[in-house]
Amino acid sequence: MSENVLNIANVSKRFGTTLANDDISLTLAKGEIVALLGENGAGKTTLMSILFGHYTPDSGEITAFGQPLPPGKPKAAIRAGIGMVHQHFSLAPNLTVLENVMTGTESLWRPASNARGARAKLMAISDRFGLKVDPDARLGDLSVGEQQRVEILKALYNDARILVLDEPTAVLTNIEAEGMFRTLKDMAAQGLSLIFISHKLDEVMATAHRIVVLRGGRMVAERRAEATSKAELAELMVGRAVHRPRREAATPGEVVLEAEGLTLRQGGVERLKSISFRLRAGEVLGIIGVSGNGQAPLAGVLGGTLRRSGGDLRLFGQPVGHLSVAEVIEAGIGRIPEDRNHQGVIGEMAIWENAILERLPRFARRGLVDRKAGLGFARRIIDGFDVRGGSPSSRVRLLSGGNMQKLILGRNLIEHPKILIAAQPARGLDEGAVAAVHERILEARRAGAAVLLISEDLDEVMALADRIQAIVGGRLSPPVSADTANARQLGLMMAGEWDESMKGAADAV
Amino acid sequence: MRFERRDHRPLALVIATPLIAVAVALTLAGGLIALAGAPVFEAFGKIVTGAFGSRLALTETLARAIPLTLTGLAAAVAFRARLWNIGAEGQLYLGAITVAGVSAHLLGGLPGFVQIPLLLICGAAAGMVLLLIPLWLRLRFQVDEVVTTLLLNFVAILFVSMLIDGVLKDPMAFGWPQSVPVTSEAMLPKLVARSRLHWGLVLALVLAVAVHLVQSRTAFGLQSRAAGLNPAGAVFAGVPLGRTLVLVAMISGGLAGLAGAVEVVGVMSYVTTELSSGYGYSGIVVAMLANLHPLGVVLAALFTAAMFVGADAMGRSMNVPSYIADVTVALSLLSMLVAIFFTQYRIRR
Repeated sequence: MSENVLNIANVSKRFGTTLANDDISLTLAKGEIVALLGENGAGKTTLMSILFGHYTPDSGEITAFGQPLPPGKPKAAIRAGIGMVHQHFSLAPNLTVLENVMTGTESLWRPASNARGARAKLMAISDRFGLKVDPDARLGDLSVGEQQRVEILKALYNDARILVLDEPTAVLTNIEAEGMFRTLKDMAAQGLSLIFISHKLDEVMATAHRIVVLRGGRMVAERRAEATSKAELAELMVGRAVHRPRREAATPGEVVLEAEGLTLRQGGVERLKSISFRLRAGEVLGIIGVSGNGQAPLAGVLGGTLRRSGGDLRLFGQPVGHLSVAEVIEAGIGRIPEDRNHQGVIGEMAIWENAILERLPRFARRGLVDRKAGLGFARRIIDGFDVRGGSPSSRVRLLSGGNMQKLILGRNLIEHPKILIAAQPARGLDEGAVAAVHERILEARRAGAAVLLISEDLDEVMALADRIQAIVGGRLSPPVSADTANARQLGLMMAGEWDESMKGAADAV
Repeated sequence: MRFERRDHRPLALVIATPLIAVAVALTLAGGLIALAGAPVFEAFGKIVTGAFGSRLALTETLARAIPLTLTGLAAAVAFRARLWNIGAEGQLYLGAITVAGVSAHLLGGLPGFVQIPLLLICGAAAGMVLLLIPLWLRLRFQVDEVVTTLLLNFVAILFVSMLIDGVLKDPMAFGWPQSVPVTSEAMLPKLVARSRLHWGLVLALVLAVAVHLVQSRTAFGLQSRAAGLNPAGAVFAGVPLGRTLVLVAMISGGLAGLAGAVEVVGVMSYVTTELSSGYGYSGIVVAMLANLHPLGVVLAALFTAAMFVGADAMGRSMNVPSYIADVTVALSLLSMLVAIFFTQYRIRR
């Protein structure tokens, strides 16, 4: 672990008035995993784009394997053995795995492509690093985790000895992410050098040998993993001590939402199997589970976008049939979707339009949109929920993820909903934004709202929820009290071992 | 050199875009005119006078702009909601033949002020039906409407061809395949005497303004835009996706059907398979030139009509093939597409 394979020296890059990278130096040894930790906008991706030749640095120099790397030339970076795995994959969904891997490696003027040789090479790499994948599968048919494996294979196929991964777990489920990090460690053990970009403290601590923290374009710290802690890293990353808020004790009120035997069938598959829960005013009920176990159908049925196949739902004590989205909102239910970019907002539309779209009946008179009221509503959300980076009439696409989430939270909470259905409310946000979102949810709880928190993040659920149920394969476990639950018990619940998890936890609620 | 998405689209740039596109197209067309051996500037002069230079030229240009405005609106409305209606040509023909048949066989006796509105409604309804079929296929079976609407054009035109050689054939037409004419009461009054310019122009302008108001002011306009930009987001926000698209299809198909109806009761009085000189397809170009803005459609339709009429005149007097009009319109579409790209992206090196 002594031989330096990569040396980034004094790199600076300015965009307009912002200094995205300010005199950053970084080295990477053979077989080492370095994590580049920082909040969104800290300059991590810029630095890696400079390394890979997408940007030309204003000053500074990069050497790979002792040779200086010409700036601004991605081809040269690939030839020097640097591979990049992008956050948003640069693969073609209509091609097979093998075709995707080969793309760009052969001259366009070759009369025939050497598919057989390529296949042999791909399989050899696949075996060596334990990256199992069917070379003839159509990429579009693969899961996101498998697609990422293909992206890594593609880099290795180009003989990469230094691999840069941009937020590799952002799109993965927890289990996929664990597998991914095992693979990374394996690759490092075989002599590859890795840099991965992240803002998640857990994975950085668990995987990296060395951690470099960026903040506001500057390198603020460099730590060996064994010589630091999550708390220290969080503080370095944000620049101040961040405290995620925790719920304080409270007495829940009456039951406002009650589900009894909810089922949902979609195309012959049972997505929800007899789900029952009770949600009280002034409490947070956490629904934990590995994503894909029925969270999206549950949120859809409660939020008005999916029609349940069976079971009873009682809202404020009254049995209700299927409620449309408009009726759900009219009833005082706020909704935070699991996928903010895809479902939560329409990026090309203005902030004010996004603020009122799900409340059109209120903001339209005789079919005409009350633009003035809409702009005022958006202004109140922007001011009240500290949404930065846009005015009511600017497009939502320009907002950062955290500010987008504040907008979505704001358009719900400003109406003081009686019930809030929050699916993965802090997913993909940086530390500061997570704390802000959590604070808002707890504020709603204090104000008497009933919150159904659907989340994969155990820390989040432990901090916010009063009671916890696990969703596994479309079934919901019995609830446990968050005060007595421990990580082992929750782990068993998420694995579906409910009886096992109840042992020693006599105080099931 | 890389392309980077712009944060803001400056208004001046949005307005300048089609003008720049047209200028580029004209420059390229100038090259072709020079190749054909004609003096370029004189030829352009001839195009302008041919399109606007006389009472006859001007009324002809405006008359041609009427169906182009309607089909342009049809395309603009649909495309905004990401409903790819390529079938305006077929909808236009179906609207036209419906008007001829209904007037000749059902409503012929009614006075004009009753008959004309009824005929226009029938024509629009025919266009709607022809677009609702592919929309239903898309909503029910996810069939790509680009293919179905495009192919239905041929079905519609052959259907019209069958009718005008069969049950709706005009017995007085000396065997020519043309439909029975609408009754004389059914003809729209002329806007300018002894010209082909009729009151359809006013109708088209009113509809352009109406479409603009619907899109910019109504809840339906907001919902249809949301449905086009991000269907999943629209569904989450409670936009009834199917219902919204059905309404969009009714407006779009209705406008295209109306284009055919207006052409019959305004100009032709009967239907042949040469009724439309590709208005349905040109409407797509018009809509793109207008960047899908309903008011811009009016101007784009005027430009396109002027090119066709003016180039015709220029071709006759200077011995340059009048196809130069088609080429120029096509070139302006291509340069517009490039120009639209540059309103959304900027170049970074």
